[in-house]
Amino acid sequence: MSVDDDRPLLSTRGLTKYYGNRIGCADVSFDLYEGEVLAIVGESGSGKSTLLSLLANELAPTCGTVLYRMRDGETRDLATLSESERRLLLRTDWGFVRQDAREGLRMGVSAGGNVGERLMAVGSRHYGRIRATAGDWLQRVEIDTARIDDTPRSFSGGMRQRLQIARNLVTGPRLVFMDEPTSGLDVSVQARLLDLVRSLVREMGLAVIIVTHDLAVARLLSHRIMVMRAGHVIEAGLADQVLDDPREAYTQLLVSSVLAA
Amino acid sequence: MSAAETGPTHGYNFAYLDEQTKRMIRRAILKAVAIPGYQVPFASREMPMPYGWGTGGVQVTAAIIGRCDTLKVIDQGSDDTTNAVSIRKFFAKTAGVATTTHTAEATIIQTRHRIPEHTLKAGQILVYQVPIPEPLRFLEPRETETRRLHALKDYGLMQVKLYEDIARHGHIATTYAYPVEVAGRYVMDPSPIPKFDNPKMNMSEALQLFGAGREKRIYAVPPHTNVRSLDFEDHPFRVQQFATPCALCGAEGVYLDEVVLDDRGGRMFVCSDTDFCEERRAQGFTGTMSPDWKGEGANGGRQANER
Amino acid sequence: MYVAVKGGEAAIDNAHTLLAHTRRGAPEVPEITPAQIAGQLTLAAERVMAEGSLYDPALAALAIKQARGDLVEAIFLVRAFRTTLPRFGQSVPLDTSAMAIERRISATYKDLPGGQVLGPTFDYTHRLIDFLLEAGAEVPEPARADAGDAVVAPRVTDLLDGESLIERETRADDAPAPDITREPMEFPASRDQRLQVLARGDEGFLLALGYSTQRGYGRTHPFVGEIRFGEVAVEFVPEELGFPVPLGNVRLTECQMVNQFTGSADKPPQFTRGYGLVFGQGERKAMAMSLVDRALRAHEFGEESGAPAQDEEFVLSHCDNVQATGFVEHLKLPHYVDFQAELELVRRMRAEYAAREERVEEEARE
Repeated sequence: MSVDDDRPLLSTRGLTKYYGNRIGCADVSFDLYEGEVLAIVGESGSGKSTLLSLLANELAPTCGTVLYRMRDGETRDLATLSESERRLLLRTDWGFVRQDAREGLRMGVSAGGNVGERLMAVGSRHYGRIRATAGDWLQRVEIDTARIDDTPRSFSGGMRQRLQIARNLVTGPRLVFMDEPTSGLDVSVQARLLDLVRSLVREMGLAVIIVTHDLAVARLLSHRIMVMRAGHVIEAGLADQVLDDPREAYTQLLVSSVLAA
Repeated sequence: MSAAETGPTHGYNFAYLDEQTKRMIRRAILKAVAIPGYQVPFASREMPMPYGWGTGGVQVTAAIIGRCDTLKVIDQGSDDTTNAVSIRKFFAKTAGVATTTHTAEATIIQTRHRIPEHTLKAGQILVYQVPIPEPLRFLEPRETETRRLHALKDYGLMQVKLYEDIARHGHIATTYAYPVEVAGRYVMDPSPIPKFDNPKMNMSEALQLFGAGREKRIYAVPPHTNVRSLDFEDHPFRVQQFATPCALCGAEGVYLDEVVLDDRGGRMFVCSDTDFCEERRAQGFTGTMSPDWKGEGANGGRQANER
Repeated sequence: MYVAVKGGEAAIDNAHTLLAHTRRGAPEVPEITPAQIAGQLTLAAERVMAEGSLYDPALAALAIKQARGDLVEAIFLVRAFRTTLPRFGQSVPLDTSAMAIERRISATYKDLPGGQVLGPTFDYTHRLIDFLLEAGAEVPEPARADAGDAVVAPRVTDLLDGESLIERETRADDAPAPDITREPMEFPASRDQRLQVLARGDEGFLLALGYSTQRGYGRTHPFVGEIRFGEVAVEFVPEELGFPVPLGNVRLTECQMVNQFTGSADKPPQFTRGYGLVFGQGERKAMAMSLVDRALRAHEFGEESGAPAQDEEFVLSHCDNVQATGFVEHLKLPHYVDFQAELELVRRMRAEYAAREERVEEEARE
């Protein structure tokens, strides 16, 4: 893992979102460093998906800031990015793996086209090279390259998620957001996917912010965990510490329920 | 109305539209010329012909035509197709201008689906009738989104479409309305001309104006502007080739129409540009199906297409 | 030898003559007059005025005659005429509360000031073919209210407004309303632009969209606050005079739909409005328009959206029947240049396919 800068990659302060008078999430602050995996856990409705959308600049916060250290080393306030800078960031330095693959993929476009899209969006105009790179990536996410011209419609749930990962990682991003990437998959398929994500994260030195309701996923992947409840972060710390020695009663409940399951 | 043949129709302004409207359209045209390939919204008027039948082209022509202009109208390359006749008559009636079928004589050529074979010259204006001006429309149906994509020069999606074509068919399967990049900036729909005609748009001496009436857009390619058909480095843009020359005038390197002769598979190929074909025949060129066919080599090996 | 097809011009002229002949129909039947159409097929003429967006009953009737009763074609004729008319300016907003009411019903109140006035309606007729009409039977005189009993009928929405139960409609500024026939509309559109597009939109299309909201594709919980139909005075302020002068009367149908709204963080629960207004007696259209207007406001109220009727670009881009019919029918224009290009491609691809098959077979044999 090469971390050549000791400043945080992403840094947020006082991040807050109200929907009318209902709290989406309130006063969230943390730093994320390169190569670090942060899991945001909580029940549905706890505000974790809202937080992820705010961090990924998909939703405008009511107040608070998100700073990001760009590839050129300059740290920028995401709220001040122009639309074209935002889009460039989204398809080069960031990835976003959706819970529902249909939102993260173009279902009518072949697997190769799905992976190649980012390359073409940043100016690649050589069919052969685009296709070769797409083929490489399909292999890396364990999809048979014979399927390169098939659309994801004919793929299983686990394959679709792996294709999403390939599509996002092909431009070598430094930060990937993941929103419940394993939910809805069979347990054995989940395990294989998590294994893949873990090895890719390690190989590429990715920073990841992953939202999950599944503490087992958090335990397997993350270095740090943030527990959310009713829009607030109620507990945060190193993964082992939070899971093995939870301070908050609510976290204890969450942890015990996963053990019971 | 017997005056119809000689002068403008009674009760209507010169060339049908009122001057206010023409001015509005000319302002849109000027903006379009200033930003090559950019689709300028304009307050398209209801015209006395149906939407989709050339209302955009007719409005552009009406806005730029003057009493000294000579107008040519073609549809599918031909001056004699019903819609071309109808539009030519419309201007003969409402503007009383001279009309012609000869490309070289025309100052304004309104067209649907073709670019004439004769290379256009400085001072000529080619007005295209456009059904769907948005090249990204079938990839992204939303106007708000396509405008944003143009603004950000975000054309990855278009390239994905071409990628898919090659992956599926081994080559790009778009044969007409083939997207082009204009002056290195905007991706533009050249209207449903066959891609065979795309190269004629590049660095043309003539001004090219595009009118889409139903969709309320005008765009332009000024003279001497780079027009590049989208492609891949390793799958460069190519136009279709015809196996035989024109059966009437022997022209090669021109776009041909297929004519079904009988129900036993009899076919012949003739020039789509009827004026071009007639001129050649008048000059003595012959093809295999012409009455005075002089046999192979009769045309002295001279290339039909002087371009 | 082959001679290229010629004679487009003569063919067109002949077709027009034949059309005129067919329009006239059997010569032993008396020719229909525009006055008969305007007076007896009034609803057809009024629909043509509404969607042609030009208030001129005589012209609409003539257009119907010319179009052989094809209303979309008649609308097209009226539009093409309208486009050549100069625009003077904009009238003073019509005051529909001062309407000379011929019909006025409310579904939200049993009785209300001004009463329920049924007027000339099909609503309670049994849909039995009336063979007496064929014979041309005399019609009885309608009952008439005493003259001088001017009906005062405040709009239902104004009654609700008195209690602040319904959102207030106020213009944000005094700027002149945009005219979608003179300035290009861009998305997202303003509500006044939307209403203009809907007012001239196709009745059938809006009816289907309005219906879809009732079946769950973008529910709006509507009540007919009021439908009213009658004559309203049109006034205009000439610049040189500075005060309004009457231009005449127009017959209008107005529908105000009252819709549920549960409130949000910055707005208390309140009824909201969907609005429909058309020339002539066009109740179905006015109702459908008000349903679609309300559906298109889903974003404004932060409601869940995604249904076709809530999709502004989808609705506004496709509701104009003159545009729609033109583009659909243009498919009958020649497309042989493009088709030629496709032919060539399909032939080439078929040849490639056959070659591939052959290779596979050969390999199999080996």
